[in-house]
Amino acid sequence: MAELLEVKGLTKRFGGLVAVNGISFSVQEGEILSVIGPNGAGKSTLFKLIASFLRPSDGEVLFRGARISGLAPHIVARTGVVRTFQETTIFKGMSVRDNVITAHHLRSRATLLGFFLASRRAQADERDFARSADEILDFLGLGTIAGELASTLPQGHLRALGIAIGLATSPKVLLLDEPFAGMNHGETRRAVELVRAVRGRGVTILLVEHDMPAVMKISDRIVVLNFGEKIAEGTPTEIQANPRVIEAYLGSADESIGL
Amino acid sequence: MTTPTSKLAALALFLLFAFLVVPWLIAVSGRSDLYYTLTSVALLSIASAGVWLTFYIGRINIGQGAYALLGGYVSAILVTAYGLSFWLTLPIAGLFCAGVSILIGWPILRLRGVYFAMVTLVLTEVARLAALAAPLTNGAKGITDIPPPGPIRLFGLTLVPDFATLANPRQAFYFAAVVLMVLAFAGVYRLVHSRIGQLCQSLQQNEELASSIGVNIAALRIIAYAISSFLGGIGGAMFVAIAQSIYPSSFAVTDSVNFMLNCFLGGLGYVVGPIVGTLVLYFGWDLLFKTGQFQLLIYSMILIALILVLPNGILSLVAPRRKGS
Repeated sequence: MAELLEVKGLTKRFGGLVAVNGISFSVQEGEILSVIGPNGAGKSTLFKLIASFLRPSDGEVLFRGARISGLAPHIVARTGVVRTFQETTIFKGMSVRDNVITAHHLRSRATLLGFFLASRRAQADERDFARSADEILDFLGLGTIAGELASTLPQGHLRALGIAIGLATSPKVLLLDEPFAGMNHGETRRAVELVRAVRGRGVTILLVEHDMPAVMKISDRIVVLNFGEKIAEGTPTEIQANPRVIEAYLGSADESIGL
Repeated sequence: MTTPTSKLAALALFLLFAFLVVPWLIAVSGRSDLYYTLTSVALLSIASAGVWLTFYIGRINIGQGAYALLGGYVSAILVTAYGLSFWLTLPIAGLFCAGVSILIGWPILRLRGVYFAMVTLVLTEVARLAALAAPLTNGAKGITDIPPPGPIRLFGLTLVPDFATLANPRQAFYFAAVVLMVLAFAGVYRLVHSRIGQLCQSLQQNEELASSIGVNIAALRIIAYAISSFLGGIGGAMFVAIAQSIYPSSFAVTDSVNFMLNCFLGGLGYVVGPIVGTLVLYFGWDLLFKTGQFQLLIYSMILIALILVLPNGILSLVAPRRKGS
């Protein structure tokens, strides 16, 4: 496995507050890597830094050896590092299918003018997008609700739609922000299967999550943050046995780490 | 959903009405002043279509008057000082406005909501003051005695006659304005129903997500704003050709507000909303003329009531809002 994404000494300061402090780790191609940590540990900030929605105060993010931090988010998305959102962020006023079709933007071969004039290439693009969108929706089990208005969906489907939008961009690395939050046991189990299936399509997955049992089940490796610093990195078994991790989750260690 | 054939039929019906029924009605009733009113509606609705387009990317634009004024001056100056044909100055005025709007839009389109609206509101006033002060615009005296549009000849063939020689120039202006309006709205319609429209909607609904799927949101915003200003420019230029004069106060803040109201009133979910809105607003104001000093009061109350009762515009009465549009 090759190193796909490399985080080097990443630091973000908001005024006097150091939200993320000198974090380094790397993501191997094809793995599922989870970033965990108590509330306020800097997980979301780290995600925004990787997807370049925030500019780091120090350090850098490399994708296949090339620096991506500091680039505009849409350029980073073009390289293949795509972020989904913690809040159920979708295009609320569009149908489920249109959400996914729209998200095929990076696969456009026609220009905007071409789309306006309905050039041959634009028509081919639109056919491709529609076909691919239907395939993705079927893959994620959303095929039957493709025509629904996105704002009317229940939460579980919204999460899946978020992943569908991410997949439509043909990502190399998909950043999933709390994909299991607010789900019950059965929903989480299905979502875990879904994320595994997405990895099966050749997408490397980096996820931030609170749900410890799910993280332990799904991750190849885990990075643990506390107060903006990395305190541990390793396989789920190593993490469960790590005294610093247990200390960070003191008090609720037994249930929340799943020991 | 309506089929393409039914849309074409609606368009044909509209053209028939605009080019045959309206002239006939006016001839029968002898109210040739209505030509001027309807021409104004057509041209103001073109400028409103631009505002509608900025709504479509999620920005409230109260600055279209600035571009209408700018387009008007560009055309007037080119015609009077350089002797260019009006028909040539029309696209130049639009493109000039688009160019200026790119420079202005680059910084201000980062703003959202009420902040963007406020800045655009100031824009109209800035344009008025600039027109007062600039050396080319002849200050408060304005540019008057602008010759009417000349002929368009192609290979010796007269496509459009010289307006100065026409027996009924009012009717000619009306026809020209309607043609321009149809072209403008056909363009906007195509834009909105192509993938570009979908991308614009993605901006309107969630800019962060749009950029995370790879949309260059800054560029798309500027493109939409430039097209919007282009429409403002040609609307203003044509208006000036009809009035044959332009002053710094030809398009003021009230006009900018009206352009926006036209969109609200017609319906933001419908491409032709600005036409309906402009028609109702323009005629509504005129009809209330008899109420004298209460005109503004009654007018405002009706507007508030309409916006409360029909938040999706007048067109929501006849056509339910289509899913996802």
